[in-house]
Amino acid sequence: MLDALRAGGPRRDAAVAELHALLLRGARHELARRRSSLAGLSQGELDDLAHQAADDAATAVLGKLGTFRGESRFTTWAYKFVLLEAGVRARRRTWRDREVPVADDGLDRLAPPVRSAHQAAEQSELLAAVVEAVRRDLTPHQREVFTALAVNQVPIDVLAERLATTRGALYKTLHDARRRLRASLAGRGFDIGDAGAGT
Amino acid sequence: MSGAERDLVGRLLGPAGPEVSCETCFELLDRYVEAELAGMDPEAPMPGMRAHLDGCPACREDHDSLLDLVRGERG
Repeated sequence: MLDALRAGGPRRDAAVAELHALLLRGARHELARRRSSLAGLSQGELDDLAHQAADDAATAVLGKLGTFRGESRFTTWAYKFVLLEAGVRARRRTWRDREVPVADDGLDRLAPPVRSAHQAAEQSELLAAVVEAVRRDLTPHQREVFTALAVNQVPIDVLAERLATTRGALYKTLHDARRRLRASLAGRGFDIGDAGAGT
Repeated sequence: MSGAERDLVGRLLGPAGPEVSCETCFELLDRYVEAELAGMDPEAPMPGMRAHLDGCPACREDHDSLLDLVRGERG
């Protein structure tokens, strides 16, 4: 398929059709994995989502064909484009009518304000310190992004759409915020070691 | 600190070590998955991927889906 895509004429047209069929299979795979979160959609709507993802992925694959170096199978390389497209669409569709929680009240749920000695004894000292560091040491933008992504678990592609930015830019902000929190906690004597495997 | 609290703090603070960006993760994802399917350690030639997949749920989902799809197609 790769040689034909790089060729011209009718051979290429057939290869593009074959590529689109491959990408559509990938999109349907991704949407099937997310069936539970897309339960409100009709079969027709799901099919529309799959076709949109396959169309956009085909454009991306054809546009980046010159960068494919054969370090993996072509189908694996092509699939990653459509899984990204379908995943982003599915996340955004799931959150389409939902408010994106970015306010600090998520932090209160992590470590509610302590009103008694009994509550203080029960609350994890480290967790309380994390929340305090979020409020004290992060910039307003870092705090907003951290609270939405790490605390309230808003999907990063949904937040990126609402803030008119990209996944990569938001993750960079989250990464910087996490580094700042780790430095703050270490500076206060908390041994956080390698805590942080898995989200 | 309980196990649940440790997990929560881990989720909040993210990976401790160096990690690649979302863009680099996407760039390497196909090679990474194929190395995993071949039974190789993908982290050695692509350091920082595992940490990123631990810290970024969206890239983790993309990874898991690609792994699942390619593994299924190869039977």
